[in-house]
Parts: sequence; C-alpha cells; structure tokens
Amino acid sequence: MSAHPTYMLDRCEVADSHTLKVYRENGGYEALEKVLKTPLSPEDVIAVLKDSGLRGRGGAGFPTGLKWSFMPDVAKDDRPRYLAVNADESEPGTCKDRVLLREDPHGLIEGILIACYAMRAEAAYVYVRGEYRLPYERVAAAIDEARAAGLVGENVMGTDFSCQIWMHKGAGAYICGEETGLMESLEGKRGHPRPKPPFPAGYGLWGNPTTVNNVETIQNVPFIVSRGAEWFRSMGTEKSTGNFLCGISGHVERPGVYELPFGLSARSILEEVAGGVWKGRELKAFFPGGSSTGVLPAGSIDVAMDHDSVKGAGSMFGTGAMIFMDETTCVTRIAEVTLRFYEHESCGQCSQCREGTQWLHQIFRRIERGQGTMDDVDMLSTLASGMAPGKTICALSDAAAIPTHSVVKHFRDELEEHVRLGRCPLAGTSQPVGAGA
Amino acid sequence: MTLAPALVAELDELVTHYPEKRAALIPALHRIQEENAGWISPELMEACAGYFGLEPVEVWGVVSFYPMFRTTPPGKHLVNVCHNISCELRGARDVIDQVCRVTGASVHGTSADGRFTVETVECQGACANAPMMEIAGEYHEDLDAAKVERILGDLA
Repeated sequence: MSAHPTYMLDRCEVADSHTLKVYRENGGYEALEKVLKTPLSPEDVIAVLKDSGLRGRGGAGFPTGLKWSFMPDVAKDDRPRYLAVNADESEPGTCKDRVLLREDPHGLIEGILIACYAMRAEAAYVYVRGEYRLPYERVAAAIDEARAAGLVGENVMGTDFSCQIWMHKGAGAYICGEETGLMESLEGKRGHPRPKPPFPAGYGLWGNPTTVNNVETIQNVPFIVSRGAEWFRSMGTEKSTGNFLCGISGHVERPGVYELPFGLSARSILEEVAGGVWKGRELKAFFPGGSSTGVLPAGSIDVAMDHDSVKGAGSMFGTGAMIFMDETTCVTRIAEVTLRFYEHESCGQCSQCREGTQWLHQIFRRIERGQGTMDDVDMLSTLASGMAPGKTICALSDAAAIPTHSVVKHFRDELEEHVRLGRCPLAGTSQPVGAGA
Repeated sequence: MTLAPALVAELDELVTHYPEKRAALIPALHRIQEENAGWISPELMEACAGYFGLEPVEVWGVVSFYPMFRTTPPGKHLVNVCHNISCELRGARDVIDQVCRVTGASVHGTSADGRFTVETVECQGACANAPMMEIAGEYHEDLDAAKVERILGDLA
C-alpha cells in the first residue's frame, strides 16, 4: 500500500494534544478565524462543504453540506436553532470518535463553531455516551478553556457571532445514537425515536430547527474550510471523499484506529494496515462497517472500502468499523451475540423490532446450542423479512434484520451443520459461561 | 426526602444550559446516583421528580429505560465486562469467567462480602483493545486472565 496523506490523527499524536495551547501551536482555530474575519458568509461555508463532497461519518453517509442546507431560511423562520453532536458512539466495532474526543477536543469545538455559524445555530449540545468518562472530561475542559479565551459564548473572537456549547451525558442506550432518539433523550425523556417526517431540520430539539452530526463529520469541517474543497476531494474516491477513521477489531494482528482514504481494498486494509489475520490463520468472514452491516464472507475481501463499493458487495460502509473473524469462528455464535445486542437495545415502540429481535436471538441461540431445526433456519429469513426494510419508526429493526439475512445467505451451511450434528461443529465455541452468555 | 442543598445548587446551574428544565433530567440522575453509592432509590426518584416538577412515574420511566441507572445497590466495586462482538472474538468469555472467579460474584450478582458486583455490558467503544472491562469510569483494555486478577486485586 502506498503512503497516503493524513490529517485527522496527525495532531492527536502530539503530546498534550487536548490542550488549547498545543492545538493553537498546530494551526488550531485558524479555520474559524478565516470564517469570521474574512468574513465568509454562512452560505459560503455551506458551499465549500457541498463542494468537498463530505459525507456523514456516523453510518448513513449522507452529504453534510446538503444536510446543513435543509435548515430553514432565517428570513422566514426565526425560531432558535440548534446543532446536536452525536458522540453516542455505540455501534459494535466502532471506537473512532472516542479517540477524537479524547485527543482532539478543540478540533471538535472549532468544527462546532463553524457549523453553528453556517447554520446560524445559537447553541450546540454534545451528546456523549455516559460510559465515555475521560472523553467527556476532555471535551468539557476544552470548552472551558475555549470559553475563557473568547472562543465560545458571546462575541466569538470579538465579532458579532455568538455560540454556546454544552455537554450532555447519555446513560448507556444504543438507540440514543439514532438522531431522533438522541433528541428525545436530550429533552430528558426515554430515547424513543420519532417518526420522520418531520425531519430534525424542521422539527428537532424542543420543536426547533436542529441538525445532528457525528463527531468525525464535524472534525473534518475546519480542515475543509482551511485547505479547500479541492484538497479534500484529492483524497478518497469520487463519491466518498477524504479520509475516514477505520476502527479495526477482531482476529487481526494489529487492531487499532487508523486514518485511511476511502477506496482501499478490504484486503489491503486487513493485510497491510492490520497485519493480517492473527495466528497465521485464514479469514472466514468480516463486518465491513459495524454490526448493523451485512456480514461478508472471506471471498468478498477484495471489495473497495467506500460507500458505493461496499453497497455493491451486498453490505454497507456503515461507520467503517471492520470486524474480522478467523476460520475457527462460529458465525452462528457471533449472530447470537449480535441479535442479543439488538434485543437488548430495541426501544420497544414497534412490535416488529421488540418481538423480532427477541425471536431472532432465541433462534440463533438454539441453533448454536444444537437444539435448532431446519425450519428454524428458514424462520430466520421469514422473521427478518417482516422486520425491514422501512417497517418501523427507526432503522434499529433493519440493523437486526440485515446481519441476519447475511448470515443465512453466506453461512447457511454452517447453520444447517449445527442442526444436523445437534451441536456446534466448531470446537470450543459452544460453551456458555456465567448467566450472561 | 429532598435532594441535598449542594446538589440542588449544582442542578440549578445545570438547568440553565437548556431552554426547558426537564432536559437536565438525565445528567441530574447521573449526579444523584453518584452521590448515592451508585444507585437510585424510589425515594430519590420522588425527590428528583419534585425538583423537576414531574410525576415520580415519569422519572421512573426514564431511570428504567437507561442501562447505566441502577435501582438496586451495587457492591463496593461495580465491574462491567463487555460481551459484545469484538470482545467475544478476543476472549470476553474467559474474562467473564476470570472476573467471577476472582470476585466470587456471578454475572448480575454481588459477592457475599459485598465488595463486587459483576455485570456484562454491550459495546463500550473499546473494540480495538478488546477484551475490556470498565470499573468506576476507567477502561481496562487488552485483558487476559493475569491482568484481570491484578486489576481486581489492586482495588481497595
């Protein structure tokens, strides 16, 4: 693999990268100064973002500039408007925003300020998952530093622009990473997603115009403003521009969070970035972008890691969180673990999701224990087809159905072998421990 | 029961961050739980409801929805072990076994001496350093049996 330019993680490797002093020494807040002092108009900023091709890094890959442009015209709508930053990172396999929050909190703050300026938002809320204690403390301390330096609050950098940034702590519910679930939670309620439409830009926090962006998405903004759309488009592919943070976990020699351009093959990421499958073993399967994306078999390892290519291979780019499984892995057990997760995280509003995730979990569990029937294998597909697509308020039901379909499609032989043998054919994987298995 | 005056003063500042008071409910519940040795009693839910002008059942609805809120007292140390995919692939079940062996607690249970409560939790976002456990807000990563024993042994 040829060396590729990086930008997001460069600063994170400097000692005390989380402090205002070090951030400023490394070009920090120059993009904000460029916006406020040139000055660029909000429309100019949105135009640069659109031109850059930046797509959201939270899983859906929606174009960021376009999303921002959905906020209503201030001349016709004078309601207060908000930015909510989604730092509720909890898609299994995804561990990238934690690095940014911890090591580069001022990069996030600068991005938030530029985003709020562009969308004319008066305040931003950073919704951090409750378990991220150190990342939360780092961002909170950085906001205090920035406020004391006149960068957050009234009259930012002595201009007419004012913007508040508040921290908000979640409490362990995956569904609050869904943008409307996040807003309900931010309002102090259960994280029950809202039907869409209305979309957040029209009816968001407290019924006001709101945009929800992922941490990594926001972190890209100052770089694009400073260096330009053309620079950004010089990395990645035509439709997936820039670099992304790739969280690599599972059975590899060098798991980690790596900054990579879109478009590298999954094979080169596995072999050259992650050091290959561990223990000299062969690859069996991988999730390309978190547990909500379809599991792909080893034969798909040459897929290019960009939104369109992964979709073409029958899965999704998701959060770019790649989970690799070696040849000894019981994929049925991994499906059981995955569906246990979705059962646990279903908010319970929609019956297809509330009941369907339980049934899928139970069926995978009994197949893995050697207690399933051949009918169970077909029942997995039937149930998953009743859960998605588009049958529920939010996409959690889809997120459970998609890996289910992919396991039945690519690993039907393994499921059926469990049924035929009446036990797990893969040694050592069917021994549950504790009460939590 | 009412909330302690120092906590009320803190919440009075917190609610100014939002256009509606109720928005501070979840951060407030975190603080209430921290001040009450890691759990929220029915009496504290009532006191919290009183502060926010809500019905107690509304607070209960929120508390019961979010996994980080506990309605029973944990042991002195709450050990949360991740059992999601990336940790499962790298030995989470061995870690859970080891945690239970060293603490004498079963999963979702508290040791007889009251020192440890062990829980399994879903993905904590430490996947590249699996397997992991979290104790008092601190992540312990890249675990093996020896490391688990040492970490638990170091707890007072």
